Amino acid sequence: MSRERKEPKQPKTTAEAQIPGAFEGETVSRRRFMTGTAHTAGGIAAAAFTLPAVGLAVGPVFEKHPTHWESVGPIADFADDTYLPRTLTLVRGIGDVGKSTVYIRKYNTDLDDETRDEYNEYIAISTRCMHLGCPVRFVEASERFICPCHGGVYDFQGKVAGGPPVRPLDRFYTRVRKGNLEVGPRFSVNSELKRFSPRDPGMPLDGIGQYVYPARPSVRKIPGT
Amino acid sequence: MANLKPPLPRALRPKPKGPSEDNGNAKAGLKDQAAEKGITVVDWLDERTSLSGGARWMMFRKIPKGTNWFYTLGSASMFAFLSQAVTGVILAMYYDPSATRAYESMRYLTNEVFLGEFVRGMHKWGSTVMVILVFLHMARTFFFGAYKYPRELNWVIGVVLLILTLFFSFTGYLLPFDQRSFWATTVGVAINGTGPLVGPYLNDFLRAGPEFGTTTLARFYALHMLVLPAMIATMIGAHLYLVARLGTTAPPWIRADIDPDLRKDET
Repeated sequence: MSRERKEPKQPKTTAEAQIPGAFEGETVSRRRFMTGTAHTAGGIAAAAFTLPAVGLAVGPVFEKHPTHWESVGPIADFADDTYLPRTLTLVRGIGDVGKSTVYIRKYNTDLDDETRDEYNEYIAISTRCMHLGCPVRFVEASERFICPCHGGVYDFQGKVAGGPPVRPLDRFYTRVRKGNLEVGPRFSVNSELKRFSPRDPGMPLDGIGQYVYPARPSVRKIPGT
Repeated sequence: MANLKPPLPRALRPKPKGPSEDNGNAKAGLKDQAAEKGITVVDWLDERTSLSGGARWMMFRKIPKGTNWFYTLGSASMFAFLSQAVTGVILAMYYDPSATRAYESMRYLTNEVFLGEFVRGMHKWGSTVMVILVFLHMARTFFFGAYKYPRELNWVIGVVLLILTLFFSFTGYLLPFDQRSFWATTVGVAINGTGPLVGPYLNDFLRAGPEFGTTTLARFYALHMLVLPAMIATMIGAHLYLVARLGTTAPPWIRADIDPDLRKDET
């Protein structure tokens, strides 16, 4: 029923479009070709310095952060009913800024119920508050970790006991080598103390938290743990 | 449509020659010679750049009735920024953006260098003053209704300027590299990371890695004194251009004058 609408015919060649100086069979005018070439050349020139520069700036996001194991003394030092503070060097070459305190104790069979493997015979608790990253302190008398900034409180296992923190304190892998305890890379835990790749403070790991705050390529937990 | 150009202020108009100067043989005074030279130089520049028209367009604008002291908040913000720019450039001559030496370089600047503590204080307190002025300027614009048509774009640019100002505050806070600035930045980065999905990656970008590392301080320094100044200068230019192009608004309590004849017709 519909009558064919008469569209103005799109000229195929520059000759049909009656562009002055058109060559026979030419489909792109020389002016348009020249404009396109100039824009392309400009784009390539800009990309040639922009892309490497941007790559350099965002590279660390994808680069794997080097991890190392650090000896913190003979295993006989550590008890299972209290924590001992030890200083770790998380980043080398920047002095005190790269250092951090960890609290270490032995696995306590009466208290701890996570599956034992080679990495948790000794438990090393990070001092970064999982609210916003302030340094927490273990208070012997109350057997609690307490954060000075916004009132976060954690129990003896590092689980949240009160205040704004969104998940238990992070932990470090530990292993025993020739009677010495070594502390390795950091990992994060959810409220059931299940291990996750390290996250920054403020990122919950229960429920959909692990998907809303995905693991980053720069730091991963040890595969299979 | 006669001459739409604003007239030159009296001081800039060419003065008619006095009777004593009329004599071509008389030797002009030193002052006149200097003035003549000045005019020659300005003319030489203007002939080649035609900047005088633009300068006059920018500076000699008509402003509405009721313009008051609240209208100086924008200029005040700009001068606060200029003060930050100048003091910041000089501070950069003494500052060492390395994690092991930054604090020491600031200590040296503050305690040993002539006027060091004073200029550092100007930069430190000036940053707070700038944030306050920017907010007051924003409040003035809002309560006077100066964000309405045709000035919406300038409001949007103003919001970008506010955000850039806060980025300046955030990146600059780390640079003294004392306990306060380190932990405040740790907390600030953690807050930034709570943005869903992109937060963790943005954190890695800001810190140049998963931990506060060797290049984190340099990164904040580069943002603070190279990236952000370029962006804010461009945006301030656009902001000022639009102010000059669109003019300022009268305060809301000033009513437009209605032609008395028009009123008569209505009744």
